[in-house]
Parts: sequence; C-alpha cells; structure tokens
Amino acid sequence: MIAIIDYGVGNLFSLASSLRFLGLETEVTGDKARLEAADRIILPGVGAFGDAAAKLREAGLTEVIRAQAARGKPLLGICLGMQLLFDVSYEYGEHPGLGLVPGQVKPLSEALPQGLKVPHIGWNRLDIQKKGDPLFRYSREDDYFYYVHSYYAADCEASTLAASEYGIPVTGVVRSGSVIGAQFHPEKSGDAGLRLLRAFGEM
Amino acid sequence: MITKRIIPCLDVRDGRVVKGVNFEGIQDVAGPVEMARFYNESGADELVFYDITASAEGRGLFTDVLRQVASEIFIPLTVGGGIRTLDDFDRVLKCGADKVSVNSGAISNPSLIPAAAKRYGDQCVVLSMDIRRVDGQFRLFARGGREDTGIDALDWAEQGVRNGAGEIVANSIDTDGVKQGFDLELLDALAARVDVPIIASGGAGKKEDFAELFLKHPKVDAGLAASIFHRREVDIRELKRWLRDQGVNMRI
Repeated sequence: MIAIIDYGVGNLFSLASSLRFLGLETEVTGDKARLEAADRIILPGVGAFGDAAAKLREAGLTEVIRAQAARGKPLLGICLGMQLLFDVSYEYGEHPGLGLVPGQVKPLSEALPQGLKVPHIGWNRLDIQKKGDPLFRYSREDDYFYYVHSYYAADCEASTLAASEYGIPVTGVVRSGSVIGAQFHPEKSGDAGLRLLRAFGEM
Repeated sequence: MITKRIIPCLDVRDGRVVKGVNFEGIQDVAGPVEMARFYNESGADELVFYDITASAEGRGLFTDVLRQVASEIFIPLTVGGGIRTLDDFDRVLKCGADKVSVNSGAISNPSLIPAAAKRYGDQCVVLSMDIRRVDGQFRLFARGGREDTGIDALDWAEQGVRNGAGEIVANSIDTDGVKQGFDLELLDALAARVDVPIIASGGAGKKEDFAELFLKHPKVDAGLAASIFHRREVDIRELKRWLRDQGVNMRI
C-alpha cells in the first residue's frame, strides 16, 4: 500500500487518482499507524514551506516520516514535499526541513537570468543524469514534466538524478538512499509522470 | 526550457460541450469526457473547462464531468465559469481542478482574487478577461462578453496580477470565432504590462496562426482554442510536431 500523507496541504485528488489508475493500492492518510503500515510513502505539498513544515510538526508526523525513511522505506516528496526533504529553506525567512537529503531551498528569482518568469510554470524536458536509477526504468529520452514552483533545491549535486533547464539547471529529481524528491508534479505530467510513479511503485 | 502550451477549451453546458462563434449561436459538439480523453492522447498540454450552465442542476453535472476527467486524465486542468466565491474555488478544486479561472466574479467581487491567491497560491488563480476594442481602448467586458464594464482591460490585468493572479487568459471578442489569427496587438500590449504567463485566446483558424503567435510574440506562453480543435480542423498532435519543426519549443 502507498500512503499519501494528508496534513491539510494541497489537493490530493489527482495524486490519489493517478496511483489508482496505475492499479496501485493507495490510501490518503494522516494516521501514524497507517504510515508505518505502508510499503511506500508519498509526501505531497503546495503552498509556503514554513506553513507546511509547521503543519507536519503540528500533526506529529515529522518524526514518523524520519523514522520510516531511516528504515529504508521508499519515500517520495513531490513539489513542496520534495523541498521539505532538505535541511533548510529560505522561503520567507529561514525554516528547517526534514534533513533527509543534504541541500537547501532557495528562491529562483535570485538565481535566474533576467527575463525569465517566476514561478517556473509549465512543461520542461527532464535531463536525466543518472539513467541507471530504477526510478527511471520506464522513462524516455524526451520526457517532459509539469513544474509549478518559485523556489528550487540548491547545493544538492551529490544527490541530483535529473534536472531541467530554465536559465539554470533546475533540480528535478533527487535521491538519497530510499528518499526521493521530484520538483515537478508526476501526477500532472501525463504519460511520462505515470511511468515515473509506476517505477516508484516497484521500488 | 519550458515549452509553449497548446490548450483546447471545452465550454460545457448541462454536461455537454458547446462552442459559440462570437459567443452567440451555440452549437453542441460532443461529450466532455470523451473529448478530454481524445485531447490528452493528442498531446494537449492542458485542458480548460468553462461551465456555462446557469442552473444548479447543470452545475452538478459539470462537477461530475470534472471529477470523471480528473480521475483518468493527468495533465493540468483549469476550470472557469460562474466562479464568484472561495466556496466555488473549493468546489472545483476538490473535483480535481488545478487552476481556477475567474472572470465576471472578479469584477463583481474585487476581493476574490487576493483571497483566493492567499488561500490556494498564485499558481492556482487565473484571471480570464473578455476584451473588445471600444473607442480605441481595450475594454473589459463581463457576463460572457455581453456587458461593457467601462474598465480598461490592461489596467485590470495589471491590478489582477498585483492581487495574486498567476496567469492571464486574454480572450479577444474582436477576433473570437473569426479564425483570422490571434489578437496580436492586444497580446503585445498586455505582455508589456504584466510578467505572468499569458494565454492567447480567440481567433486561431489554422496552424500558421500559432507559429506567428509563438515565433513573433515570444512573451506569449500558450495558445487556447476551441472550435478548430473540436471540429478537427487542426489536429493537436500534427500542430505540435509542425510547430516544433518551425523552431517552437514543444512537448511532443
């Protein structure tokens, strides 16, 4: 069973639907025991980092996520959920993350060349650097993914598996052990996204 | 780099897709779920659904359609039509919409955009505008293009973005349904005023119209059309391949 963590952030309809569409048993839950029982966990998220981190803490889920990751259970963070995996974010202040992947989250506006719009919104080609990773088992050379974000993961070169070009190489996928993060929305990336989720479901 | 987007728009009334010419003479085309499936397979980058029903019963049919589309089609879905309150946002987001497009609702309720942007994020709020030239001015129209608000559309766009709209749909009533190309003059004027993604709507008649839009007006991010796609006059898959050959960055 794949547990999608429900902590009051964002819209989980498409994510749950896409996993069910793939025939993967899926549960949307904020219950610790269910997260412990799950084979895999997905940490979604939209909105501001500070609010989301606070909600995870208030729901008492921070330690459960860390404990499950430490056991080697596959954990996939999506969009803001990916950013929460890092050590720290500088979105409106300085906020500690889960510290499961080394790196920090910084504003795109300070990194992009002039003339590029923020947020980085739309379909972008994913340049896969670690092609052998099982997460990309079903991926293709010309796969595009749907991004919507204003902050990006930096100083995480060692764990970066893939990136997309937007004036700078924007971190697309990271992995540290069984902890995976995707900046884009696989559940909104058509067939390419479904193939990535299918691979996650087999990890 | 991010690609330009091709977006078919489905106007839905009582659970069926309809498309007007100059907003009048509405014709029934097909079932929205089948059409959404077809467009997804053709490579559409996003789908826009406008609910043009007035009745509560029709509204219920619309959310059923939306839920069904969102449970099997996994590309961004934008929903508009009759969005006047945060409860309306909530209603369509729960059915699987990713973005919500506001038009007349933002005119009658000026706090709608800021309140929605605060609750759901700028990326969720699309400001859709029906625009027609009046006395040499780009004028904002309300109620499906029937009512001149007297508001300058470019000022309105700028204000909307300041209030948190993350994207602008500019629908030119002057070019809508005429199939002589997008309203490039309007789009350029708009691009000079706002820095969020701009979606061009109204006037596409052939694939060359999209090439002109994207190659000569690089600040426009997406092209939206309805009847030329619904009637298969332009096939999205062929259009995107052809545009890529012309040098436009496309997701194939």
